[in-house]
Parts: sequence; C-alpha cells; structure tokens
Amino acid sequence: MRFKNAEGQMSGMLCRLTAALFAVGMASSAACAADQPANATPHYPLKEPHELSWSFSGPFGSFDKQQLQRGFKIYHDVCSNCHSLNLVAFRNLGDQDGLGFSAEQVKSLAAEYKIQDGPNDQGDMFERPGRPSDHLPAPFPNEQAARSANGGALPPDLSLLAKARGPERGFPWFVFDVFTQYEESAGPDYIYSLLTGFQDPPAGVQVREGLHYNPYFIASDALAMPPPLADGAVDFPQNGDDDKTNDVPQTVDQYARDVSAFLMWAAEPHLVERKRMGLTVMVFLIVFAGLVGYTKRRVWANTPH
Amino acid sequence: MAEHTSTYEPRTGIERWVDARLPLPRLLWDSFVTYPIPRNLNYAYTFGAILMMMLGAQIITGVVLAMHYVPSGTMAFVSVEAIMRDVNYGWLLRYMHATGASMFFIAVYVHIFRGLYYGSYKEPREILWLLGVIIFILMMATAFMGYVLPWGQMSFWGATVITNLFSAIPLVGSAIVTWLWGGFAVGSPTLNRFFALHYLLPFMIAGVVVLHVWALHVVGQTNPTGINIKAKQDAVPFTPHATIKDALGMVVFMIVFAYFLFYVPNYLGHSDNYIQANPLATPSEIVPEWYFLPFYAILRSIPSKLGGVIAMFGAIVMLALMPWLDTSKVRSAVYRPLYRQFFWIHVLVSIGLGYIGSQPPAGGFIIVGRILTAYYFIHFLVIVPLLGLLETPKPRPASITEAVLEKHGRGLALPERTVSNTKVGG
Repeated sequence: MRFKNAEGQMSGMLCRLTAALFAVGMASSAACAADQPANATPHYPLKEPHELSWSFSGPFGSFDKQQLQRGFKIYHDVCSNCHSLNLVAFRNLGDQDGLGFSAEQVKSLAAEYKIQDGPNDQGDMFERPGRPSDHLPAPFPNEQAARSANGGALPPDLSLLAKARGPERGFPWFVFDVFTQYEESAGPDYIYSLLTGFQDPPAGVQVREGLHYNPYFIASDALAMPPPLADGAVDFPQNGDDDKTNDVPQTVDQYARDVSAFLMWAAEPHLVERKRMGLTVMVFLIVFAGLVGYTKRRVWANTPH
Repeated sequence: MAEHTSTYEPRTGIERWVDARLPLPRLLWDSFVTYPIPRNLNYAYTFGAILMMMLGAQIITGVVLAMHYVPSGTMAFVSVEAIMRDVNYGWLLRYMHATGASMFFIAVYVHIFRGLYYGSYKEPREILWLLGVIIFILMMATAFMGYVLPWGQMSFWGATVITNLFSAIPLVGSAIVTWLWGGFAVGSPTLNRFFALHYLLPFMIAGVVVLHVWALHVVGQTNPTGINIKAKQDAVPFTPHATIKDALGMVVFMIVFAYFLFYVPNYLGHSDNYIQANPLATPSEIVPEWYFLPFYAILRSIPSKLGGVIAMFGAIVMLALMPWLDTSKVRSAVYRPLYRQFFWIHVLVSIGLGYIGSQPPAGGFIIVGRILTAYYFIHFLVIVPLLGLLETPKPRPASITEAVLEKHGRGLALPERTVSNTKVGG
C-alpha cells in the first residue's frame, strides 16, 4: 500500500485534481457557513462552554468526595426545588467511589424525606420516612404539575443531564477528543458554563417575558430557568480553624463547579470503577500483546513472508 | 483448496468412533489446523478473525443484557439505566455492547476495503463476496434496531426517520410503514418487534458467516499478490501460522476496543440518547450512528425522497456488483498503479461522505455532498470498468514465493532454514 511508486504523471495529476476538488468543496462549504443570511437560525450555544479541569477526567481520574458532598448539598438546597433526580437512590450516596457517606449517614439522610408508599391494607396511600433503598423523591407529582409551577417549562430530570448535553465540538476538535478523553468533561463544562453564564442580553436582543438570557444555553439564547445560584446562598460546612483562607469559597463559581461534578457522578456513578478496571485491562492486554507478538515472531522466524 | 486432502488421523478410539459417525473433528482439523494459507498474508487479513471475535462478543454481551432489558416504551429507558447502575457489571456489559457495535463496524470496513484493494471479489470468489455483502446488510439492520432499544431521543427519532423511508415506495409505501410500526407512529409495538429482530438477526449473521467461511475454504484465501497458491512452498499451515498472527491482530484490536470501552465509552454515541424518547419533542438535528453516515449523506444528497432511498440502497448494491464491474484481469491493486490511486480516492470520498452526513444539510455541505455522491457512483460504474480496459498492469511475479523472496532480497535460496535478518513481523 505505497503511494510513492510513480507510475507516470497521469496518476499524479489525478491526485492533484482530487485534492483540488476536495479543497474547493470544503472552501465553498466554509464560505456558505460564514455568510449566512441574517434571518438564518444561529448556531446554539452562542458561546462555547468554558473548559475546566475536573478531578474525574483523564485515565486516572476519580471523584473528589468533598466536592460531591458539597454538590449534593447544593442540589438538596437549591436544584431539588424544581428538578428531580429520579435515577439516584439514597443508598447510592454511600458509594465509596462517590460521595462516600457512611451507612448511618445514608440512613438518617433518607429518613429526613417523606416518601409516599402504599396502598396499605385499607387501600390508602400513606407517607413514611425514607429508607436507603428509596429513590430521591421528585419535587412535583407529575409533568403537568411541574410545568404549571414553572411558567409552562418543564425542569428536566437531572440524573443523566451531564451525559445528555454535548454541544457540538466541530472539526478538528472531535478528532482530538478521542485522545484527550474530553468526553467526560463536556457535560460538566456545559453545566458550569450555563450556571455561571446568565447575563443581561446585548443591546437589540429581545428576550421573551419569563425567559432569561444565557449565551451558553444549548437550545436557544434564553431559558425559562432563572439564575439559580447566588453568592452565599448555600452554607458549606467549613473546617474548624479560624483561617478564612482555608475555607471553601461560597461563590456562584464554586457552587457551579461542585454541582456540575455532582451531576457527573449522578450520571455515571461507576466512572471510577470503570477507569480502574480499564487500567488493569490495558496493562494486561499490552503485556499479552507483547507475548503473543514474540510467539508470532518465533513461529514465522523461518518463513520469509 | 481442491488439492488439499484431509490429513486428519484419529488417534484414539473415541475419535475414530466419532469420525465414523460425524466427522466434525475432521472438519475442524482440516479447516483450522492443516488448512493451507498463503505465506504472504499481511495484517489486513486478520480482520476476518477479528470480526468473528466481535460477533461472539456482541452475542454474549447481548444475551446477558437481554436478561435485564424490558422492551416497552415506558420501561426501556429506565431498564437500560438500571443495567448501568444496579446490575453487577451491567455498565461494563452495556458499554461493551454499545462500543462493540462501533468496533464491529470499524473492523468490517477495514475488511471490505481490504477486499476492494486486493481484488478479493474476483473470480472464483464471487459467492464468497456476495455472502459478505449479505452479512454487511444484516449487520446494518441489526445495528439500526439495536440503537433503537435504549429508547432515547436519537433512538426514537432515528427509527422514525429510517422507517419513514419506506413511505417513499409508490402506492403501498404508507401502508408498509404502518405495518412496520405496528401502529400509526413509532411506539411500544415497534420497540418490541425491533427487540425480537435484534435478537434474531445476529444468529442469522452467524449462519451466513458459516457459509462465508465455507466458501472461503473452497476457493482459498487471496493474498497481497493476488496470485493463487501454485506450489507447496507458497503456503503454510493455518496452525500455527495464521492462528498466531490472527491472535496478535485480535489482541491489538482489543486494545483499541478497551480504550474506547473504558475511557471514552460515549464518544461514538450521541448525547441526546441520554434523554428519554419523547414523541412531542424533535431533536434539533437527527443523526444516525457514525457507521451509517456515508449512506445517510447519499440519501440526503438526492433531492427526491424515493431517489434518495434508491441511491442509498444502490450504494450497497454497488459493492455487490464489484465482481462484474471490475474488468481487470489482475486481482491485486499492488500491480494496478491507477486502480490503487483511485482506490485511495474512493476511501477518502467515503470518509468525506461520512463527514457530510454528520453535518446539517445546508449551504456548501449540500453541494459537496452531491459532488461526493456522484463521485461514489462514478467510481463503481465508470472508473472501475474503464480502468480494467485502459490500465497497463505492472509485471507480476510468477508465484507467491517469488514475490516474497524478491521482497527479502534476491539470491536467497528457497528457505528450508533461511535465517531472516530483515524484519520478521508483517
């Protein structure tokens, strides 16, 4: 499969011709993309997400327990007023690769919630304290109730949000992403950028009543959710010392980071286990490939091929 | 090969007893141990074994996944998430199955292009090639239905778009679509029958694979020179030579597979498929899985719906017609200087079509898509038939052994114990 064999100029010419054809094609498509008419649908999100560094990205990544616990507190205090987290059970909060709460903590945390159960022997539904096996209860009983309370908009379930949002990366980034393993950061980057991206609309941009301008939103230039976070809105438990510089900042930026990391855990709770097993498998396969390779050399040693 | 006679010698009483009643051990022995293979096969020829491995992996993981999956519109999405979260190693099985499908297609595309490069479709291997095309079509049907099963947004809308293609058939189109759906829209009945077919088709693939291998063992493998095995020294026994080489190919392929599986398992999927199917909300763009993108680009390049569908299926028919479109007497592109260049252009055009298929059909993408689509068909229908008539092939060696010795420097005596001081691998 070598190209270098020069079989006359005709073939070389053909190559150049094809290259030119490709170039013209790509250039024309780029040009068309560039001068879109003013009424064309703009490409969302208007701004690309910020790229942050996450503890769980890369082949050796793992979750930061403290960060996930802070993220859960933000979900608990703020997000859960409107957003469900249906796929997460209380027992999951005890995962050692995740939030790492003790069995006791999980139990008492679950018990703080009222869970509807039933019907009982009389046929009535009743409420009881939550158990570790329960899933986190949703804030609204059904979609209609959720929409009615939120001006017609449905707050999405957050369980898989971090894997369900992937702003387009475009060429050539999607090629590099295979090697940089950007995949796992895409969702959290997006969530962080959205949460910190609320701003006044630029002059001349009309935002419909009840919507909030955010250039990082994936589907439009404004969304129904008001800016959910504010500096100091959630109290983090801090360490006991008097040095304020050791404290976790209680800022929108920090909240957005923590809750994004928490949502990545919620979407992919086995991430750490996956990467750990991946390392073992890769090391095994590479060593094995070496051994098979040497065996193959031996077998073929006396057979030119 | 016709001259390959059975050398199986039953050694124990049990073996003799079985051999006299059902000579299955003899068949396996003759097919996978003593079977002669050309000595000059390169690593492109290990993809057959890799594909067998992938089919096995897909069936094993798929059967276990089916034990936990619920094919209903309300339960499918949640049951897949239960597999990901609560089933022991369910995440591993599911990611293995999902990335495995992509790896399967990577391997099959290498396998197909290898066949196109070395002229593996030419006389007497036409039936072998046609069986391969049938396997490819079955694979595409299986993969398409498998992608519907998680019941995410792309599953649902992909199924809607693709099944709607049948409505392009004149007169009976919309009735066929209703029949396929089991209703008036994609819904639970559609999902349920897709699941049944998704479970069935892999076993049909396995059946056709048996025929494919059978046909291969009748006509023998091609090789990079395209010259048949003529003498004993042109060939080596399958075991250990091909066995160990295929094993190495498989292990290296598994490294690539493991990388995607453990480090970027969602890279080849679409993020919208983590949103549960919603018939009321159309995604901003509906894109099929990457391995369908070139065909999707061809579909969209034709302005008429029926024309697009015909072109899309025609693109696969072109492959099936290759044995009769190629007029050249020379098999291998190694000795066909012009075909070799057009082959690589064809590869680039196919990749280009894939990129176009991933982009919204607007502006320049439409123009480029149409140029590439036209070229795709011109390659098969004009260039390939003409090349065979116009091209002057390079001189070919008299035998495989001669080609090998030429590569390793002339003057080497025919090797009984040649100490090869050049590179050994490859």
